[in-house]
Amino acid sequence: MTSPTTDAAPRTDPAAPAPTPTKPAHGARRTTLVVGGLSVALVVLTVVAGMSGQVPVAPVEVLGSLAHHLGLDVGPLPAHPQGENALWIVRFPRVVLALTVGASLACAGALMQGVFGNPLAEPGVIGVSSGAAVGASTAIVLGGSLVAGPWIAAAAFAGGLVTTALVYAFARSNGRTEVVTLVLTGIAVNAFAGGLLAFLVFVADAAAREQIVFWQLGSLSGATWDAVAVALPIALGGIVVAMLVRTRLDLLALGERAARHLGVDVERLRLVVVAVVALLVSAGVAFTGIIAFVGLVVPHLVRMVLGPSHRTLIPVSALAGAVLLLAADLFARTAVDNVDLPLGMITSLIGGPFFFWLLRRTRARQGGWA
Amino acid sequence: MSRTWAPWRRTTRLPVPADRGDVVARVEGARLRLGGTDVLRGVDLTVRAGEVRALIGPNGAGKSSLLGVLTGDLTPHEGTVTVDGAPVGSWSATELATRRAVLLQQVGIAFPFPAEDVVRMGRAPWAGTPFEEDDDAAVAAAFAATDTGHLAARSYPTLSGGERARVALARVLAQRAGTVLLDEPTAALDLGHQELVLRVARERAEAGAAVVVVLHDLGLAAAHADQVTVLDDGLVVADGPVLDVMRADLLTQVYRHPVEVLDHPGGGAPIVLPRR
Repeated sequence: MTSPTTDAAPRTDPAAPAPTPTKPAHGARRTTLVVGGLSVALVVLTVVAGMSGQVPVAPVEVLGSLAHHLGLDVGPLPAHPQGENALWIVRFPRVVLALTVGASLACAGALMQGVFGNPLAEPGVIGVSSGAAVGASTAIVLGGSLVAGPWIAAAAFAGGLVTTALVYAFARSNGRTEVVTLVLTGIAVNAFAGGLLAFLVFVADAAAREQIVFWQLGSLSGATWDAVAVALPIALGGIVVAMLVRTRLDLLALGERAARHLGVDVERLRLVVVAVVALLVSAGVAFTGIIAFVGLVVPHLVRMVLGPSHRTLIPVSALAGAVLLLAADLFARTAVDNVDLPLGMITSLIGGPFFFWLLRRTRARQGGWA
Repeated sequence: MSRTWAPWRRTTRLPVPADRGDVVARVEGARLRLGGTDVLRGVDLTVRAGEVRALIGPNGAGKSSLLGVLTGDLTPHEGTVTVDGAPVGSWSATELATRRAVLLQQVGIAFPFPAEDVVRMGRAPWAGTPFEEDDDAAVAAAFAATDTGHLAARSYPTLSGGERARVALARVLAQRAGTVLLDEPTAALDLGHQELVLRVARERAEAGAAVVVVLHDLGLAAAHADQVTVLDDGLVVADGPVLDVMRADLLTQVYRHPVEVLDHPGGGAPIVLPRR
C-alpha cells in the first residue's frame, strides 16, 4: 500500500484557484443582454410589420391601435379608413403566427439536437417536417377543402410523431447519432415523404392540390386568427414541457448510460421529447407548410453566443426563432412590391448555405462529430 | 436554485452513509448473455464501504459487464444484484445516482460544454435535496483532487485525452456517492496522473466510500487496492486481499502468459511483471 502523503504529486499548481463563482454571473449578464436585445427587436419588428403593406399606417398609429385593443386610451388610431382592418385582420394574425411558428421550430430544433446528441438534427433536415406535411395533406385530401384547422393540426402531429419516432429508432446506435447516419436517414425519409406528397397531389382535387402545393412552399400568407387559435396553444404547451425537461437534456449530452448514472430516466425523457418535438413541428407546419432550417440556424447561433446549456438554449432559441421568422416574413412580403415571396424558399436559401458552412466549421474544429 | 417541478417523480429516498465494512452492493450468482455469448457465468461480488476493490482479468473476461450489472445498466438473466440492501431495480434512477457514481470508459460529450459545467453535472442527482447546498464546495473539491482547476473554463471537447479523463473523474467525485465505480480510469493517463487517480480513489475509500475499479495495470492494482477480484472467462477465479491473490501461478494461468511477482526492495507493494 502506498501512503497517500508520500507520493510526489503531479499537481502543477497545488494552489490553483477553485473555479471562479463569478463565471455564471457573467453568463447571466450576457443572457440578459441577448434576451433584452431580442425583445427590443421583437417590438420593433412588430411595429414595422404593422406599418408595412399596401395600406399605409404610421408607427405611432400601430402602437396606438395596439394600446387601444389592450384597453389603454393612448396614442392615435390609424388615419386610413382601412387601417384598423389591415392591422387586425391581415397583419397582426400574420405577425403572431410568424412568432408562433418561429418559436416552435427553433425550440423543436434545440430539443431534437439535444435528444439525438447531434448538432445537425433539425425537423426539416431529418424529414419530420415532411412527415407532418404528409399527415396534414392526407387530412386535406380526405376531408376536402372544408376540413377544419384543428384536424389539419392533429393530422400534422400524427405524421410528425410517426416520423420522429421512426428516425429516432433507425438513426441511432449506442445512444448517439452520427452525422452521416442522420443525414442519410433524412434523405431517405424526405424522399419517401416526397413520394407520398406527390401521390396525394396526384389524387387530390384542384382545391386540395393548391393547398398541398402551398404547403410545400411554406408561407404565412394564409394567416388568420383561427389558425393562431390552434397553433399558439400547441406551441405554448410544447415550449412549457421543453422548459421542464431542459436541465436533463444537458446530462443526456454525456451519453445515455452516463445520463442514467446521474439520475435521468432516459427512456421517459426520450418519449417526452419525441412527443414534444412532434407537437412543436405540427404547430409550426400545420398552417404554414414546410419552413426549413429555422430549427438548425437558431439554436446554433444561440449556442455560439450563450454556450450549449439547454437551461438557456431552449427559451432563448424560442425567442430568437420567433424574432428571426418575423423578420424573414417581413422580408418575404416587402422585398418585392405586391409580391408575397414563399417564406420556406427564403429560409432554405439562407439556411442551406448556413448548414453547409456549419458542416465545414464544426468538422474542422471538433475533428468530426462521430 | 429552485427545484424542478416534477409531480410525476417519486419522493427520493436519500442514502444514509455506510459504516466502514458495511456491504453497500452485492452481486450473487449473476449470469449474463450478450449477443449469444455467456459473458458472466455465475459471478459473486461483494462491495464494502471503506475499501478499494480492483477488478482485473484479461480482455473479454467480463469486467465491464460485471460493472454494468452492478450499475443496473445490464440485467442478469439469473442471479440478484442488491444496492443498499434492496434489489437494484427497486431504486429510481435518481436514487441510484445518489448512491453510486460511475466513470465509463468512453467519456465524450455531444456539445462543447465548458469543463466546469461537465463537473457540475455530477451534482444533478442532488437537485432539490438539502445536499444541493454542497454543490459549489463539491465541484471545487473535485477540481482540486483531480488537478484540473485550471481547465474549468476550457471547452471539454478541446481538452486532451488525459485532461478529459481527469475532468470526467472530477464529475464522478463531485457526485459524492457512497459507492464509486471506475471502468479503466487510468487508460488514457500518463504515469503521474495514473498515480493521482488511484490515490484519489484511495482517499475516497479512506473517507468511507466503497470503490470498485477495473484495471489492466496489475502493478497499479497491487499498489492501490485492498481487495482484488480476478475474472476469467465470465467466472471469478480469485477474490481476496492483494497479497493472497497476486500470485505468479494464478496470474500466469489467467493471462496465459508467464507472470512474475517480485517483492519490492523498498518494502512496498509487490511488483507484477510479465516474463520477457
